[in-house]
Amino acid sequence: MRIRTAGVVALFALALAASGCGGDSDEPAAKESPKAAGGKLVIWADDKRTETLKPFAEKFGQENGVTVEVQAVSKDLQTNFVTASQQGSGPDVVVGAHDWIGNLVQNGAIDPVQLAAEQKSAFNATAIKAVTFNGQLYGVPYAQENLALIRNTELAPEAPKTIEDLVATGKQLKASKKVTETLCLQVGQNGDAYHIYPLYSSAGGYLFGAGANGDYDPKDLGVGKPASIEAFKKIGALGEKGAGVLKRSIADTNSIATFTGKKCAYLISGPWAIADVKKANITYDISAIPGFAGGKEAQPFVGVQAFYVAAKGKNKALAQEFVANYTTTPDLAVALYNAEARPPALTAALDQVKGSDPDLAKFQEAGRNGQVLPAIPAMAAIWDPFGKAEAAVIGGADPTSTVTAAGKTISGQIK
Amino acid sequence: MSTPLSGPGSATQAPGRGPVGSRPPRSRDHAPITVTGLAGKVLLLGLTAGIALWAAFPLVDGEQWAGLALLAATTAGLFYLYLTRRHIPAKYLVPGTLFLIAFQVLPVLYMASTAFTNFGDGHRGSKDEAIVAIQTSSVTQVPGSAQYALSIATTGDPATAPLVFLVTDPATGAVSAGDAGGLRRLDAADVTVTAGGRVTAADGYTVLNVGQASARSREVTDLVVPTAGGALRSSGLSRAYEGKAVRAYDSGCDCVRDAATGRTWTADEEVGAFVAADGERLAQGWKINVGLRNFTRVLTDGNISGPFLGALIWNFAFAIGSTGGTFLLGMLIALVLHSPRMRGTNIYRVLLVLPYAMPSFAMLLAWRDMFNADFGLINNLFGLHVDWFGQPWTARFAVILIQLWLGYPYMFLVATGALQAIPRELTEATSVDGASPWQSFRAVTLPLLLIALSPLLISSFAFNFNNFNAIYLTTEGAPFPADNPTNGATDLLITYTYRLAFGGQGAQFGFAAAISLFIFAIVAVVSAVSFRRTRKQEEVYS
Repeated sequence: MRIRTAGVVALFALALAASGCGGDSDEPAAKESPKAAGGKLVIWADDKRTETLKPFAEKFGQENGVTVEVQAVSKDLQTNFVTASQQGSGPDVVVGAHDWIGNLVQNGAIDPVQLAAEQKSAFNATAIKAVTFNGQLYGVPYAQENLALIRNTELAPEAPKTIEDLVATGKQLKASKKVTETLCLQVGQNGDAYHIYPLYSSAGGYLFGAGANGDYDPKDLGVGKPASIEAFKKIGALGEKGAGVLKRSIADTNSIATFTGKKCAYLISGPWAIADVKKANITYDISAIPGFAGGKEAQPFVGVQAFYVAAKGKNKALAQEFVANYTTTPDLAVALYNAEARPPALTAALDQVKGSDPDLAKFQEAGRNGQVLPAIPAMAAIWDPFGKAEAAVIGGADPTSTVTAAGKTISGQIK
Repeated sequence: MSTPLSGPGSATQAPGRGPVGSRPPRSRDHAPITVTGLAGKVLLLGLTAGIALWAAFPLVDGEQWAGLALLAATTAGLFYLYLTRRHIPAKYLVPGTLFLIAFQVLPVLYMASTAFTNFGDGHRGSKDEAIVAIQTSSVTQVPGSAQYALSIATTGDPATAPLVFLVTDPATGAVSAGDAGGLRRLDAADVTVTAGGRVTAADGYTVLNVGQASARSREVTDLVVPTAGGALRSSGLSRAYEGKAVRAYDSGCDCVRDAATGRTWTADEEVGAFVAADGERLAQGWKINVGLRNFTRVLTDGNISGPFLGALIWNFAFAIGSTGGTFLLGMLIALVLHSPRMRGTNIYRVLLVLPYAMPSFAMLLAWRDMFNADFGLINNLFGLHVDWFGQPWTARFAVILIQLWLGYPYMFLVATGALQAIPRELTEATSVDGASPWQSFRAVTLPLLLIALSPLLISSFAFNFNNFNAIYLTTEGAPFPADNPTNGATDLLITYTYRLAFGGQGAQFGFAAAISLFIFAIVAVVSAVSFRRTRKQEEVYS
């Protein structure tokens, strides 16, 4: 672990030295043309987005006479960003998921972004809500995503209205040897809080209650409360010792492959699964995730990808200009959509791409009642214990004691 | 690198490299200077100077004067050492020592110092940084206030003169100039305004272009133009808004006060955060020294100490099982292939080395999928329905089995080498004396093998004790008990530490460093004890 940190430190020292040297050699040229007088914007993004951002960043640079560098950080972007920020060698702008916000704010790594009212209204309201933390807007969203039910229409022509419908159809298909699994919902040995959440919410469970200002309240923890125990009882009934619909052997590594291998008729996944499904030549349809009969609606989490301004960047004003006034244009959102098919957060951009891609509208419809993934730092305490409790209950453990223990662990970790 | 640095003409001075006794050591002082030696010395010292210069830039940039002094002293010391003809032993020792300090001692010291802090998410920076972050993120737009088109200008030289905001009121189109003293209306005749409302030229002011303005980024973001309702601040380089900092730090009470609600959060140096009377704390905290709290937490927190002991026992079992199992299997195969009656040994050797030649991380992932309860090869092949990674003992058995497969070729290779070094006359002599093959193996071959292999077994044990990949890429520590998601049945101390430091629960570097120190101590003690025992054994048999 230490070696890793030392490696990161060395890497950033290297990067810093490299940029220092770069600045050195640029200096004579800079004196000749005052246009490029020192303005340099460094953007960090993951591999996929880096390629898309490059032409836009270059255009922004040319228009404004500054140099813009888009750097790909392929692994642990959030951790690396926080560490680099701390050491003063971080970027000016970073691209990432909205649920990072809580952690980035508590580490003082990002600054709020001030958008005019008309800029805000150009976005999907859910997306704006997602990047708002403690009443402040901390990033500019560009895409949103949520889970939906993808089904093989050859095997299951009708969209199920309830989980019970889905199980009945799945069981029939299983009995007639057309499939081997009822539902492909990734669980894995250690559970997956993100993917189980729609069922959990449908059965009445919640994670955090809402505070007075509409934000999530970390003091009102739903895990361990009677409602969450009831919800896990229902989930456990679908598990390995019950109906056998949810299984730990279906994990992130094989859930999509099992669906594209036609071993199950239903897959619960996000827009990222569609490319594989199309490649496998499966006729499919996308619908909302069904809830339990007589239960609440199944609410998937809605996640947003956003641009953030680094609090310790060297060119904060330029970064603010880029994020607040340039990434809010539909062109960039459409280009990012073309790189990776996730529904754009800008309404205008969504309208532009909707016509050519019917899946987008279906995903959005499936996420219409979705819940914004909490961005509060306390959420970090949820993932691991919640997922492991889920895996245990699906494996046949007693829901009451398991969920009560998970609730205790979580509340013990929330400061 | 250390050898060529070691003295004048070391590469070409064969006599000087001979045994110490053959020539008086003084002869080195009189060794002739050769061209190759000189060139090598110039090249390597030049490289040293280059690296020092390269490392100096970031240090000057970050104003790390202590680090710079250390760098200068080290470089000067190196130059002195290799330019003088004295201090021969130091010439050999210094490079290794420097690397040891840089890559071993410093990281361990850094880790040890981290173990006494609460360094981690929410407590990464200093208190001042936390205050800045709290104040910056509390700036909100004044409700109902307008957004102004902004141009950044100076009253003289673009690079140094004080900055001025030229803002255009969207409603009236009136242009004002603002600085720390407040806003002043400008005469409409003196300014040129674009259709979008941005000022492109103004009498008495130099309007900066984006490059010039962004070069003074920090000043732009720091400039606050006071207005009646709050203050004008920049939102990028082309827009300004009227905002108000709601929270402010008051050094008098060492607290943060919220102007809108009147709440106060007082600094609590015990936890490194601002805490309100009702226990609510602000998100941005700072790093503090917590003394031995991290260490005592390992021992006293029931959620940690209980599983810690269990994990420690399993950790020993895993390391011993992996090392012992691979050693036994590797040695057995080596013995079989060592037999003179064996035919086609080369083919077997190539086949046996195959698992060793494959990248272990890919193999670990493949094995993980093979142990999948429903889709895995192992259950399908043998018609089993074992939930391998779902039960503690099967999961433990599975990871040791995987280790066995990955590790035995290595033990086979080293055992083959060691066997070939044992003279056949010894075993032949025992058979002449009437000993059975088993007796001769126990009395002669095994002890001789162990003398050669003990250091390797100890290092293999130390490696397996911290074999992060073996667990993280297969089970991730699973299965976890239903009531404790922090420590699983196959968790090694190192995977447990990793989860604490980088896991989903937010980073806790200080605490993870404390556990790392525990691991360090355990491995050090085990290694020391085993090396001492090996030495005794060598004395017995030699």
